[in-house]
Amino acid sequence: MAADQAVERSGDSVRAASGGVAPAESITLEVYRYDPSTGEESFQSYDVEFEDDWVVLDALNHIKDTIDGTLSYRWSCRMGVCGSCGMMVSGYPKLTCSAFLRDYLPGPIRVEPLLNFEVERDLIIDFDGFLEKLESVKPWIIRDQDKPIEDGEYLQTPAQLASYKNYTMCINCMLCYAACPVFGHNPDFLGPAALALAHRYNLDSRDEGREQRLKVILSNDGIWDCTFVGECSIVCPKGVDPAGAIQQSKVTGAMEYYKSFLAPWKSRK
Amino acid sequence: MLGAGWWMGRPRYFLVFVRELTAFFIGAYLVFLLILIKQVAEGAEAYQSYVDFLASPGMIAFHVVAFFFAMFHSISFFNLIPQGMAIRIGEERVHPALISGPNYVFWAVATAVVLLVILL
Repeated sequence: MAADQAVERSGDSVRAASGGVAPAESITLEVYRYDPSTGEESFQSYDVEFEDDWVVLDALNHIKDTIDGTLSYRWSCRMGVCGSCGMMVSGYPKLTCSAFLRDYLPGPIRVEPLLNFEVERDLIIDFDGFLEKLESVKPWIIRDQDKPIEDGEYLQTPAQLASYKNYTMCINCMLCYAACPVFGHNPDFLGPAALALAHRYNLDSRDEGREQRLKVILSNDGIWDCTFVGECSIVCPKGVDPAGAIQQSKVTGAMEYYKSFLAPWKSRK
Repeated sequence: MLGAGWWMGRPRYFLVFVRELTAFFIGAYLVFLLILIKQVAEGAEAYQSYVDFLASPGMIAFHVVAFFFAMFHSISFFNLIPQGMAIRIGEERVHPALISGPNYVFWAVATAVVLLVILL
């Protein structure tokens, strides 16, 4: 897109015209704006030319490059890997790099920051709490005693790998948190991605940290808050099933509870 | 924080909300059932007067509604069971129908047994 495109503003609506000629086809994006210095929030409409192979992120980049450089949002890889560009697209949590404009014709497309998070500016959310939750479930392989490097790698069978592989696909895009009404009501809820990641390491045959994670996932803001809405698994762009992971963890939690009665000497500290 | 009308935002949220609401009707049905057992213990006259009460239009309407909520509750949870049970054969997960199916079979058998006890 040429940088010298004419821009004409009219109230809240901004229209870009390439060389004074209106594009043959266009689509309107209604974008949420929030200015933290004034606390003002609004929706701003941008008409952008329609390209069949454009995704919402392309349209946002076009707006920022040629219409309104003040628009703020996160993005990085543009190919559904980094998990940075998650936003609400017409009310649904989506990676904007994989939400095609053509699927929202004739528009308008409403673009908002991910639901259930505090907004820092425009489409940028504050995800510090999410990172703390991820860290709290210790998402790494924990060993009672690491074996010496010269003893070689920890081997796994294909079946052992298959048991947890689905949960390794998470890209931390937080769409599942935007889809979760439980998290929407209780910001302290550990939430789908963190609990799925905890389950992933608990299932890993190389890991010995299950007891440490159970303390976290069985806490007040852990798995028992989940009411199995299941929308987290529906919106996941990578096909991860956090809802299933949480229900499977509930079975583990219930067994721990009964074990504390039947075999208290074996129960968790 | 979500607003009070969050459950109307999407069809799936609405269905989950209805599923949660079923607990009220199933709980209320169980209360009426417990009262029935108490009335049986108190003798034929108490039992008959309670049966007459249950035959009133309002109570019949309640039981019809409670029946459909109980059906919805059971079916929705039977369909969710495979997601919560990761049964594997080698590298592959068992097909969901093989997990929810036996629940439906057991449900049908239990219903048939109950009907036999009532009707025979």
